[in-house]
Order: sequence, then C-alpha cells, then structure tokens
Amino acid sequence: MEVRVKLFAGIREAVGASEVRRSCREGTTVGELWQQFQREVPGLPPQGRIALAVNREYVTPDTELHDGDEVAFIPPVSGGSG
Amino acid sequence: MVELTYREIDIAAVERAVQSPACGGIVTFVGRVREQSRGRSVQYLEYEAYPEMAVAKMQEIVAAIRERWDTDRVAIVHRLGRLEIGEASVAIAVAAPHRREAFEACRYAIDRLKEEVPIWKKEVTPDGEEWIGQGS
Repeated sequence: MEVRVKLFAGIREAVGASEVRRSCREGTTVGELWQQFQREVPGLPPQGRIALAVNREYVTPDTELHDGDEVAFIPPVSGGSG
Repeated sequence: MVELTYREIDIAAVERAVQSPACGGIVTFVGRVREQSRGRSVQYLEYEAYPEMAVAKMQEIVAAIRERWDTDRVAIVHRLGRLEIGEASVAIAVAAPHRREAFEACRYAIDRLKEEVPIWKKEVTPDGEEWIGQGS
C-alpha cells in the first residue's frame, strides 16, 4: 500500500520536501513510519516531541495505516503571537 | 468566519463578521509580532501551516464555543508567510449577548489555537533562524 506523508517546518527542511509518497507493508502503524524517517534522516526530533496525524486528525502512534492515507508529522505548533 | 491568509489581516472586517443585533459584547484579540523574543531581537517571522487541517481545527474551536457559550458569532483569521514586527499574525473576534461570555470564549479560542492548530513560526534574528519550539 502507499501513503502520502506531509512534512512541515523543521521536519520539512530536514527531509528537503513538503510531501513524499511512501510504500509500506499492510499493518504498518504511523509510529513505525515515523521511526523509519528517523532512521533515514539525521536531525529529526524524537517521537515524544512530535504529534502524528492521519487524514487530518491527531492520532496515537499505534494507529494502523491504510492505502491512500494522508499522514502528517506535526512538530510542536507555534501559531499566533501575544 | 475561519480563514488563513497571506495578506494583512483586516481587523475591522474580522469584527464586522461577528456583529449581530443580538450581541452586545464583542471581544477581539489581536496577536502581533514582537521585536524581542527570549532576549533576542527579531528581524521578522515566517509562518507556515498545514492548511487543510488548520482550518478544520479552527472550525472545531468555533463549534466548541457554540456548545459552551451559546454563540456562533466567532471569527478566527491567521496570517501566513513573512511578517514584520508589529504586524498582526492572528485576529479572533467573538460576539455574545453579554461581555462575560465574549471575553471567556475569545480567550479560550486563542489558547486552544496555540495548543493544537498546526501552524508554525520561524524566528529570524541576527544570529540565525529557528522554528519556535522545535530546537534549532
């Protein structure tokens, strides 16, 4: 199966892309996918420091992925000012 | 009214969007870029969003306010891209029959936005640039 992975802010800069497609085995969880990125890309934060989203909802790392899912690795948010 | 924009936020328009004859109190929060951050002088900021999810999360905030304070007169506008010192990055207006609900709901909206809406800012200073909250 294949998923789309959206990357933002410091993670986007470390990977060098704002979106990538990834093939993964059936049953792969979003946390495992993040661990794959961590192994491949130096300088990514540990899992406890980021949030995970699937199809635009926050999810826990044990959430299983499905073909066509939109995954996002969400670094600590910092919108607004004041 | 929930919006992301790359242009200057029209604060008067945000306030107008929530006005209603039933509402006597309007509270507007405007967040502006500060010249100092953690002891360093800021040259400018860059804001980035996950737009589809950011809009969905802002709409959830509006829905939560409707449940809790019984008003749907809420506007949230966040700016993206490069912002100079003093420019507004976010404007939130809430209108309610009375001021207490308007104050409470407006504060709730900005606090929750800062906690969970996927928007990020990068500070650019004379010493370099840094995504806030993410280490260097």
